Amino acid sequence: MSLSLLILVGVLFSVGTYLLMERSLTRVALGVGVLGNAVNLLIVAAGSRPDEAPIIGRSGELTDPLPQALVLTAIVIGFALLSFVLALAWRNWSITENDEVEDDLEDRIVARRAEKNSKRGDVPHHEDVEQ
Amino acid sequence: MVLFPAVVAQFVAGALLLVGLRRRPAIGALVGLAVLAASTAVVATRGIGASTTLTETVGWLSTLGFDLVFELDGFAVLMALIVLVLGFGVLLYSLAYFEHDSTYARFVGLFMAFAGSMTGLVLAADLFTMFVFWELTSICSFLLIGLNDKSESARQSAVRALLTTGAGGLCLLGAVGILQVELGTTAFADLVALQPTGAVMDAAIVLILLGAFTKSAQFPFHFWLPGAMAAPTPVSAYLHSATMVKAGIVLLARMSPVFGQSDLWRWWVVLAGVATMLIGGWRALRQTDAKLLLAHSTVSQLGLLTVLVGLGWSTALYAGVAHLVAHAVFKVALFLGVGVIDHELGTRDVTKIGAARRRAPLVVAALGASTLSMAGMIPLFGFVTKEKALVAVLDAEVGAAGTVALVGVVLGSVLSVAYSARFLHALLSEPDRGEHDAVANHHEHHESSVLTRVLLGAPVLVPAAASLLFGLIATRVGKWLVAPSTSLAGSAKSKLVLWPGINDALIISAIVIVVGAVIGWRAPLSVAAPHGKHRSRGERSFDAVYDATLGLAKRLTRVTQPGSLPMYVAVTSLTVAVVAIAALAVDGWPAFEGFVSDSPLTIAVTVLTIAVSIGVAVVSARFTAAVFLGGVGYGAAVLFLMRGAPDLALTQVLVETLTIVIFLLAMRSMPHSFAPASSWAPKTVRIAVSLLVGIVVPLLVLSVHGARTAPSVAEDYAPRSISEAGGANLVNVILVDFRGFDTMGEITVLAVAALGVVNLVRAAERHRRQRERENSNASAAAGSATGDVS
Repeated sequence: MSLSLLILVGVLFSVGTYLLMERSLTRVALGVGVLGNAVNLLIVAAGSRPDEAPIIGRSGELTDPLPQALVLTAIVIGFALLSFVLALAWRNWSITENDEVEDDLEDRIVARRAEKNSKRGDVPHHEDVEQ
Repeated sequence: MVLFPAVVAQFVAGALLLVGLRRRPAIGALVGLAVLAASTAVVATRGIGASTTLTETVGWLSTLGFDLVFELDGFAVLMALIVLVLGFGVLLYSLAYFEHDSTYARFVGLFMAFAGSMTGLVLAADLFTMFVFWELTSICSFLLIGLNDKSESARQSAVRALLTTGAGGLCLLGAVGILQVELGTTAFADLVALQPTGAVMDAAIVLILLGAFTKSAQFPFHFWLPGAMAAPTPVSAYLHSATMVKAGIVLLARMSPVFGQSDLWRWWVVLAGVATMLIGGWRALRQTDAKLLLAHSTVSQLGLLTVLVGLGWSTALYAGVAHLVAHAVFKVALFLGVGVIDHELGTRDVTKIGAARRRAPLVVAALGASTLSMAGMIPLFGFVTKEKALVAVLDAEVGAAGTVALVGVVLGSVLSVAYSARFLHALLSEPDRGEHDAVANHHEHHESSVLTRVLLGAPVLVPAAASLLFGLIATRVGKWLVAPSTSLAGSAKSKLVLWPGINDALIISAIVIVVGAVIGWRAPLSVAAPHGKHRSRGERSFDAVYDATLGLAKRLTRVTQPGSLPMYVAVTSLTVAVVAIAALAVDGWPAFEGFVSDSPLTIAVTVLTIAVSIGVAVVSARFTAAVFLGGVGYGAAVLFLMRGAPDLALTQVLVETLTIVIFLLAMRSMPHSFAPASSWAPKTVRIAVSLLVGIVVPLLVLSVHGARTAPSVAEDYAPRSISEAGGANLVNVILVDFRGFDTMGEITVLAVAALGVVNLVRAAERHRRQRERENSNASAAAGSATGDVS
């Protein structure tokens, strides 16, 4: 385990989480990117020892290729995800001239319904539909 | 194997009827009758007088010790016959009672499913099997109470019944868990042999009693049963009087030989039973709807059965089994008879049902006989069993609980004589002229055919006749009941007689009957407040708890889900961090050791990457932030390279470059700087949450690092790499060869994301062009307007 990598992973996780909690979609996208890098570094740091590249024929102890195979896939998928988030941000901006994550309307509706029911104070069944 | 197929056949029939015979419900009902008759034949031939007890095990979760076990012992035979024979009669009756529409099809299907559940319940040889069928009966009951799904009150009653009996079912599940873990068995025979005691068993006792009390509508859970009368009469007669509500009594009967000697058990049973007897009896005196009167009388009778069966006194157990039979027989006739009156007159009001005497004299006579049996009048079967009950309680040597039980049974009997007398009074009273005409009007609209009258009448007359017959041949019936009650507890052997001679019990009975009859006959038929319109106190309490629970859930939702997505991220992150810290605190903190020494170059790159990453968070210019993100990626690439991962480094560099390009493309029309956005929480909170996450994650990495014990799967790949895949680079070989399908999946993800991106961008562009066109049109219009003015 490398102490410097460990610290770097911690910092990247902090920065990524901080950016995810922002309202600006671009910054959220930045956070996704930072977190992606953090996780990739974490898997490589925790999953293998810093030995020789896993290519047969090299002298010395070869490092475990499995984490690398996983992370290579993760890098590519992370890129796809980031592109998608950026496309969303772009679309949001083009349509609303706004770069913000808006509040979830459905949750607001649920909250308002709760308020209404607590005022009415009875069993929230539907009205009778006698024929 | 015959028992399991007999149970399953009824479910299969039910399912088939619900799906296949929706349009021909009458045919469905005939199929159901055939299945019930066949099951009855199986139980009767294999059970009655059999030298060995038939036992069947159907493997289910055998490794956990849970299998479906059925046993056809004496009590199971008796209960199964009650369930199946009464089911046959009620289904026959329903053919004439319902209009043959889709509701009836649903009724028949659910009815068969219920009959199967109940048969399985009474045949169960262990508590686990009983629990499974117990829950099925709850669900069937819910669906049948709510059969008229267009009525709000029916739906509410159905929900009350489901939640009450469902909560009891959960308690029963808890008891199953306790017994299985503590004793390794839930089989009734094993439990009787073990006679377990102790604090843990006390918990099991309470859970079992809660299960039985909710199912059999014992105080304080008695409220759901009268509400269940929203169901059609055949359902009320079968489920909520003769069979399902007896499930709790069956459970008590099975467990009483196990726990009956415990004071906890005895007191709970006696107090709940006595309270139920008295409350049910009192309420029955005040009902104006004949069906509700009967419902409350059922509650009262269930209280009596609870006391008898649960008392832990062998004669009382025998008396309980006998009275269970008597009650099932007279109550099914009473309910079905009231249904006939309802069918004929269009009313169940106790001040009006007197008119039925002329319209259906035989049915009214049957009702009268059954009522006398309910009141405990000689020579009906109800008299015999109630005498036996009184004798048993008088003789019971169970301490103070026995005295309470005696007083309760005597008072309860007074009330049951009283409500029986009131019901008789209603049957025999002369309705006034106006109502007579209304009834006559109803009659003109409602001419019944002979077949209808036979189908409706027979299921009332036959059990009423049985009440009389069983009373006259009481000694013989008493001998039949020995096998059922001794199969519960070996000592529960006794006998029945029609005329016991003058003894204490008979003198008490005489006083009870005189007092009760006076009270009942003088009790007013019309009660000022129509009870059926209002919710009872129990129902109000239930609704209050129900509303409070839903209200709490909604308030909780409002507080925790205000709609702010960044806040959700914060709460999620915080939860992960706190749970991880708690886990580490319990399991021990990871040791800070075993670090490799980092080269100066590694340290330098790390420091640079940290600085750049902080830059991503703090700069306010969009482009700079994007470039800094690229910097983080390149730093990671260098670190990969230094750790022996050249493929990662290469990919990372390519991807990072592309990322920067896409960022620039996406942001080219956005403002230079981030707008200062309103936030759900002050910056300090956000920083604190992210710092916590940044600390917890490395701690977790430390604690999992070195936890690996198995060798990497890659060790298997290395020797096969060149010979099988023809490549020396293990990472590449894994990706394109050994795990080629995974890579194909990855490429699919990329393609899907690309499609998404293309569509999002095109939609945005379309929107943009449209707006530009509108803008230019507007400015053109504005230009021409100004031109006109000038």
